[in-house]
Amino acid sequence: MTPAAPGAGGGPLDDRLDLALRLSERFGGAVRGAEEFRGDLAVTVARDRLHDVLAMLRCEPDLDFAFLMDVTAVDHLAWGRIPRFDVVYHLYSLTHHRRLRVKCPLEEGDAWVPTATDVWQGADWFEREAWDMYGIVFEGHPNLRRILCHEDFEGHPLRKDFPADKRFFLPRPANLREQAPAWVRERAGGPAAGLISD
Amino acid sequence: MSASDTRVTDGLRPPGLDESAALAPREAPLDPLKEELLEVNIGPSHPAMHGTFRLKCWLDGETIVWAVPEIGYLHRCFEKMAETHPYVQVIPYTDRLNYLSPFMNNVGYCMAVEKLLGIEIPRRAALIRVILSELSRIMDHMVCIGTNLVDLGALTNFWYLFRGREEIYTITERISGARMMVSYARPGGLMRDSYPEFEDDVRRALTSLPRYVDDVNALITRNRIFIDRTRGVTPITAEEAIDWGWTGPCLRAAGVPYDIRKAAPYHGYDELDFQIPVGRTGDVYDRYLVRMEEMRQSLSIVAQALERLEPGPVLVDDPRVALPPKNEVYNSIEGMVNHFKLIFEGLKPPAGEVYSYTEAANGELGFYIVSDGTGRPYRVHCRAPCFAIYQNIGKLLQGRMIADIVAIVGSLNVVAGELER
Repeated sequence: MTPAAPGAGGGPLDDRLDLALRLSERFGGAVRGAEEFRGDLAVTVARDRLHDVLAMLRCEPDLDFAFLMDVTAVDHLAWGRIPRFDVVYHLYSLTHHRRLRVKCPLEEGDAWVPTATDVWQGADWFEREAWDMYGIVFEGHPNLRRILCHEDFEGHPLRKDFPADKRFFLPRPANLREQAPAWVRERAGGPAAGLISD
Repeated sequence: MSASDTRVTDGLRPPGLDESAALAPREAPLDPLKEELLEVNIGPSHPAMHGTFRLKCWLDGETIVWAVPEIGYLHRCFEKMAETHPYVQVIPYTDRLNYLSPFMNNVGYCMAVEKLLGIEIPRRAALIRVILSELSRIMDHMVCIGTNLVDLGALTNFWYLFRGREEIYTITERISGARMMVSYARPGGLMRDSYPEFEDDVRRALTSLPRYVDDVNALITRNRIFIDRTRGVTPITAEEAIDWGWTGPCLRAAGVPYDIRKAAPYHGYDELDFQIPVGRTGDVYDRYLVRMEEMRQSLSIVAQALERLEPGPVLVDDPRVALPPKNEVYNSIEGMVNHFKLIFEGLKPPAGEVYSYTEAANGELGFYIVSDGTGRPYRVHCRAPCFAIYQNIGKLLQGRMIADIVAIVGSLNVVAGELER
């Protein structure tokens, strides 16, 4: 009976260390640090190699991280760490039963990373959420809009300098018509079309 | 995972089905006589949408040419709120994530905190968590199948399944005081021990619940109308489902036997004997079959866990994590100090970050917690399974008929509370 056992699903310790070693061998200086806490293996990757690393993690047969489980970000402002943001990816390999966390540190004025939507389609909404909540730009994302907050919302609510009790009044429905391709919009008709602004 | 761990639901499929037609890509035919596309809003508040979300569809006749989803109406800033509360006070917020199976969210969150603390929970607490989680899974699947069938015009099944759900609610009410928002798990175990008749109640539920499942099975599984409405509707290949980050019954319906209870067993699932149902085409019908079989497997898990249940503590004996028993608080200075410190300062995990994941009713429910060593989490991120599942709804709907929307959205079991957090 081992609830939340350290290392559950992460495989044996040797395997995790071996994975970290192989990653740093293959990517050289791009994989900057590997840390292990409670059985979770995390590596830090510089932004300029991030996309290559993610693509190789997905495509190489001995890595084969087919699942992008999660993309999110952390704001380190409250404890004053510089660089301020981390973009965090959680990967899972179905064939090797391995988990890996990839982190990419970003400076405040330069908070962008290349999108992972061309590696995993499923990165789509997770990246939109990270943009919405933290204002991190995912370069090359096909539809980088707010997803949980309204499009008129100002600021990025999960940043540590955004007050938790701030309120907005946002009465207008979101404009979904903008998200349809031009050939659909041009042909749109019917009784409702044109009457409502969205 | 060995082959005997999985069970293809094919045996339940009526014979003579041509799967190739179901898997063929569908194109959106444009009617040359109709120049205009009809623009239709579905939701945000619509009886056929399960929760408050909105779809805008452009129709050519009855065929959906393009669809754009909008979500966020039920966004409640769960993650921001979690950062402003002590660890234990986040638990009631987790109830409201997937409100069809609230207890599983409690477990998912508490397991993440336990992983952060590096503690193990007592065996009795783990087994009660398993029993209630599997009952919650049954409840969740009952609502999913029941409402999906109502949308397709089969109202009777809704009554059958909701009666079964009511019986489970009676148990959750007696054990936690709340029918729905149970908040029953705690980091380190459970809020309190079960009530004396708990085991009898669960045994009674185990004898009565199969009837509801069997009744629906008899009415629906080989029902011609249901099969015509669901078979071949939005099939998805295994590769595509994985690429979109699908987990849970929707992924397993596409034939991928990924279930965290087998892949990374927690709370003693490795001791229990059960199978993972997998489908073949991933269409709406397969999702239904997988959920039906999962309910049966869950009943068997509950029975096995109940056999193993023995008296014992349900909360770790660690004053830094769990509140001391009341008689210690009132009668010893040490107990009172521990109680006071835990209430005022909260439990303080070491600084670090963990990602913990459980098999919730919809798939992988993950909690990513960053701790700075204080009594409040520095960052809590909830990886909601249906957030990944719902994101390609626009593509799924393309080329489908408008009447299919209710069948598709219902079968994905999108729960707004979890989707929008």
